[in-house]
Amino acid sequence: MKPTYALTALSMALLLSGCGDTNPDATQARGPDPKLPEQQRGLLPSMKIAEPSAWGDRTPTVPEGYAVTAIAKDLKIPRQTLVLPNGDILVAEGRGGNAAKLKPKDVIAGYIKAKGNTQVKGGNRLTLLRDADGDGRYEVQTVFAENLNAPYGLALANGKLYVANQDALVTFDYTEGQTQASGAPVTLTELPSQINHHWTKSLAVSDDGRFLYVGIGSNSNITERGMEAEVDRAVVWQIDAQTGAHKPYVTGIRNPTALTIQPGTGQVWAVVNERDELGPDLVPDYLSSLKEGAFYGWPYSYWGQNVDPRAQPQDPAKVAAAIKPDYSLGSHVAALGVDFSLPAMGERFADGVFVGEHGSWNRSDPVGYKVIFVPFRDGKPAGEPIDFATGFRDDDGKTRGRPVGVTVDPKGALIIADDLANTVWRVTRTP
Amino acid sequence: MTATAYPLHRCRPGPLHAILLAGAVPLFLGALLSDIAYAKTYQIQWSNFASWLIAGGLLFAGLALLFALVNLVRAERKGGRPALYFVLLLVTWVLGLVGAFEHAKDAWAMMPSGLVLSAIVTVLSLITAWIGLTGLRSEDVA
Repeated sequence: MKPTYALTALSMALLLSGCGDTNPDATQARGPDPKLPEQQRGLLPSMKIAEPSAWGDRTPTVPEGYAVTAIAKDLKIPRQTLVLPNGDILVAEGRGGNAAKLKPKDVIAGYIKAKGNTQVKGGNRLTLLRDADGDGRYEVQTVFAENLNAPYGLALANGKLYVANQDALVTFDYTEGQTQASGAPVTLTELPSQINHHWTKSLAVSDDGRFLYVGIGSNSNITERGMEAEVDRAVVWQIDAQTGAHKPYVTGIRNPTALTIQPGTGQVWAVVNERDELGPDLVPDYLSSLKEGAFYGWPYSYWGQNVDPRAQPQDPAKVAAAIKPDYSLGSHVAALGVDFSLPAMGERFADGVFVGEHGSWNRSDPVGYKVIFVPFRDGKPAGEPIDFATGFRDDDGKTRGRPVGVTVDPKGALIIADDLANTVWRVTRTP
Repeated sequence: MTATAYPLHRCRPGPLHAILLAGAVPLFLGALLSDIAYAKTYQIQWSNFASWLIAGGLLFAGLALLFALVNLVRAERKGGRPALYFVLLLVTWVLGLVGAFEHAKDAWAMMPSGLVLSAIVTVLSLITAWIGLTGLRSEDVA
């Protein structure tokens, strides 16, 4: 059976959207002030699932003046990466979540969505990649630590490696040059892990190493597992690196899948996945600086005061308090990675952020499946996003890869984790 | 009429057919009551219950529909009550399926359409079962 499901035939979404449009981003509102369409939902949700296919001799398409190579293959679901001071790369591998199937829908949708993902079992480990001679080939590929619980966010500070498992923030002592953890991980603090509908725990550390920021996604699309399940969810925690004590840094942030610190300012930025089933162009995933104490709307409203009637009982005070994010990436792109660029990346891509987009599964005209660059000016997003790495998905639905974490290597390279091909890509400037 | 000599058992529901037909009624009724409970309390578990009860109702009614179709095909006189019973059961099932899709929407998105459909399907399934279990016999006798 062909794993492409166009359930859209019955859906109003398809009837309403033009079919001749070749650019799926065309109807998307991107940028700082997106014009949002009306909410819509047909009898059946639109689903278009990636049809996994091998890369073979192909590679992602990168801009002229850049080259891409696979520096690690046969990984076990690589998600996020970290470039260590000596140039080694750590890769977090795994798959988490233990959400029970509550409705017939969960059984059916779960089966369909699994078709678009890798069949490999998650590694629950960290793999270390090393290019000792600097020729761009990472000849060492070795397991740094294993028996972790769906590790995702990675950070290095205070002589420690911080790993955000799906249920706890753990640390390893780290000395430069190590290729294997010297001992078992030490738990700094437990993280909310009941159900774990959105299980990925993203991580960033402040420049001074005092605070860790952990993104904790909601336990549902839009409260369909009950409000009780949403305690301590859809938040970013600020965690004291010394004591492990935490406090909510921002709230109402549906699924903050990647966090990063802006060079120079120390500002925390996030990419966030917004809610589904309100139409092909709602609700935009976003890139935003995080304002301490802010409430970003979930579940009561989105992009400021746009009320979501599915969250009941409603809370007008919360809706009024919701703030707008900085920059729309477009709906359903599934941004899972973010990192600030450096001048070493070349003039065109020197100032801005790279964003890894895993790609949509619930839009009849798929979007995402690429790495984009959002240009910045004066420390803020300025202008349209630029495609940086594409070719992960063909127009005929064949999908060779799905980008997750993106990390800028100070040497002037972009590291892209691909959790469909179980590959790590490295994009460099050509001499 | 001349065609009344046809054997009674041919178009009257057999025991399994009857169980499926009547069994769908409390399943759809349970879904309706669960929907009402969800509407009153916002407790999502009621909506989960409703979804599964509807799935059960569709399974029962769907199998009964197959029996009804076979009976209809085999009936000598296809018009009148056998056809009415089949059409009613078909409409019940189709509306039940629409209700199932409505219930697949997240959280409050199923309201109020899901509850309204549950009410309609419950009443329809009751009427259909009534006709299916009693009407066919009287038709034969007539």
